[in-house]
Amino acid sequence: MYSDTVEISGHIIDSLLLPKILDDIVRNGIDFHIEELRVGKKREDPSYARIRLTAKDAATLENVLKRIRHHGAVPVDEQDCASERVEKDGVFPDNFYSTTNQQTFIRCGGRWIEVQQPEMDCGIRVSADCSLAECVPISEARAGDLIVVGHRGVRVAPLERPAKEDVFGFMSSSVSTEKPKGAVVKDVARCFQDVRYRGQKILVVAGPAIVHTGAVPHFVRLIESGYVNVLFAGNALAVHDIEYALYGTSLGVYLDKGIPAEHGHENHMRAINTIRKSGGIKSAVEKGVLTRGIMHACVTHGVPFLLAGSIRDDGPLPEVITDVIRAQQQMRAMIRGVRVALMVATTLHSIAVGNLLPATVKTICVDINPAVVTKLADRGSFQALGIVTDVEPFFRELCEELRLGSG
Amino acid sequence: MTQSLFMCAPDYFGIEYEINPWMSLKRQADRRLARAEWETLHRFLTAELKLDVQLIRQVSGLPDMVFTANAGLARGKTFIASNFRNKERSGEASHYEAWFQEKGYTVYHLPPSYYFEGEGDVLFSDDENAFAGYLIRSDVTAHAAVAERLGVRIVSLELVNPRFYHLDTCFCPLNADSVVYYPGAFDAYALEVIKANFSDRIEVTEREAEQFVCNAIVIENHYIQAQGGQETLRPALEKRGYHIHEFDMSEFIKAGGATKCLVLKLTEAPQRAKGYK
Repeated sequence: MYSDTVEISGHIIDSLLLPKILDDIVRNGIDFHIEELRVGKKREDPSYARIRLTAKDAATLENVLKRIRHHGAVPVDEQDCASERVEKDGVFPDNFYSTTNQQTFIRCGGRWIEVQQPEMDCGIRVSADCSLAECVPISEARAGDLIVVGHRGVRVAPLERPAKEDVFGFMSSSVSTEKPKGAVVKDVARCFQDVRYRGQKILVVAGPAIVHTGAVPHFVRLIESGYVNVLFAGNALAVHDIEYALYGTSLGVYLDKGIPAEHGHENHMRAINTIRKSGGIKSAVEKGVLTRGIMHACVTHGVPFLLAGSIRDDGPLPEVITDVIRAQQQMRAMIRGVRVALMVATTLHSIAVGNLLPATVKTICVDINPAVVTKLADRGSFQALGIVTDVEPFFRELCEELRLGSG
Repeated sequence: MTQSLFMCAPDYFGIEYEINPWMSLKRQADRRLARAEWETLHRFLTAELKLDVQLIRQVSGLPDMVFTANAGLARGKTFIASNFRNKERSGEASHYEAWFQEKGYTVYHLPPSYYFEGEGDVLFSDDENAFAGYLIRSDVTAHAAVAERLGVRIVSLELVNPRFYHLDTCFCPLNADSVVYYPGAFDAYALEVIKANFSDRIEVTEREAEQFVCNAIVIENHYIQAQGGQETLRPALEKRGYHIHEFDMSEFIKAGGATKCLVLKLTEAPQRAKGYK
């Protein structure tokens, strides 16, 4: 179904403009809904109507819109947007336009401009000369900023549905444990190769289960081969990766034998202490204290990483950003140019990052828990793919498909 | 009388382009004859009806400046400038604006995307009610903006016949109840609207409409028109007690205009110009 909303004002009842427009709409088999009708109380008072049109095909709708605009019915989004100044830092004007994560345009000074850094649940800040429009989170609104208010003059571009043969097309509808994972992983691999070939970025948002399940060697191979260009995680991934690098355990369990180490529960705290003593992860790598693992690979291969803190963190490691607003700001800066986001085994960080990403970024969510995958995949994006699986087999298969050999 | 008119002597009038079906570069206007026709009308308005007529000097290269009805819309000391649809006429706007500004009017501009051709497309039937033509030259969105600016009711009528491209070529309110009009110029909805708003309707024939008899200046019970209208208009007006004054408008009709197109109404607020519609 295709729909659009038009506004008409003036002496539209006396002039029979409203009936004329409605007749035209009905004659063409288009459904309409009068969302608002204000009739002038006195003879000289104008009236106003806002009408939503819904048609089965785009061409019919377009034709009718073209005709009725001659009678004064102007599409709501063909007028300049309205904006108001921020009066107080961190507070949007009432009736601010709340953004989606989709490509958005605003009409300003009679022309359409694209809103930069599309992000859901933000406002749109526009420069006074209409040269720049950008999404801005509420915390970053500053007194004097011009913020778009209302829906007039704002257009959200419909996201193109991927072609049927694309894994993002046919897999996005639901998440199921019964999906043919081999085929799906093959498609993910193809997608990774394509993105790397084009020089775009792959972001990985990772939870500590990567370490617990023994997927570190696969993940390191992905980093070394240029398939991880940005890494977002929490304290835990780095802590357990370093614990494994230093002691061979994750949460005190030997990953090769699957048995607990004596006093193994202390290992992750000792790992944290070692890194704090070295002055941080990067410093520990440079000093030769940390010689393997995911964090080591990131440092040695120049992959930027961001570790965002949470209230349950041990330590944390020196690189962990505990101010969440500051972490968000840095993440926004780091997601520029990202084309694909692989989110693995972390609900908290995946949702946080998912909220920041434009809908045009393809998102792959991998988790053993179907509920997490559903939650992440169902973000109104056609380009989200959910895979319910244990983490290690996923990475192992992915490395095989990418022909990265076995570690 | 309290009302004034705004006119432009045809110093540089001629057919220099074709922007309506009446114009043909092959059918040139006789400038001397045009001058004589204009002066006869001007003399009648000033000497006979004792009206105050204000003049703007025509600018060379803007032949249609003589049709001052399209300069904009003047109410009290407010002037709403026209946005001409045709680029051939858009050069006129700055000259009108300068004139009205110099006379102390507050000049308003509509958004550039709203075409509006002034009194050519907006005619008042009384002080608070106006009728406006749209589609061919003016946009209906401009009507709403003008109505809001002036605080009056403007009823929009769709024009469907390119030969009657401005409302004043096919529609002439005599007062709040009576109107002279040519039905063939309007769509079905507009005809319904006219019926609903005027209990007394004088419908002219196609032949009469093409004589530009609807394009008339009405001052009290004087109906000032181009030559024609013998079949239905003259008897209808006489029956209603109007004095009919016919003027030869042959040269201006070649450009698609006649008596009404040559004048723009000026009124002093808050005085109401009685009789002049």
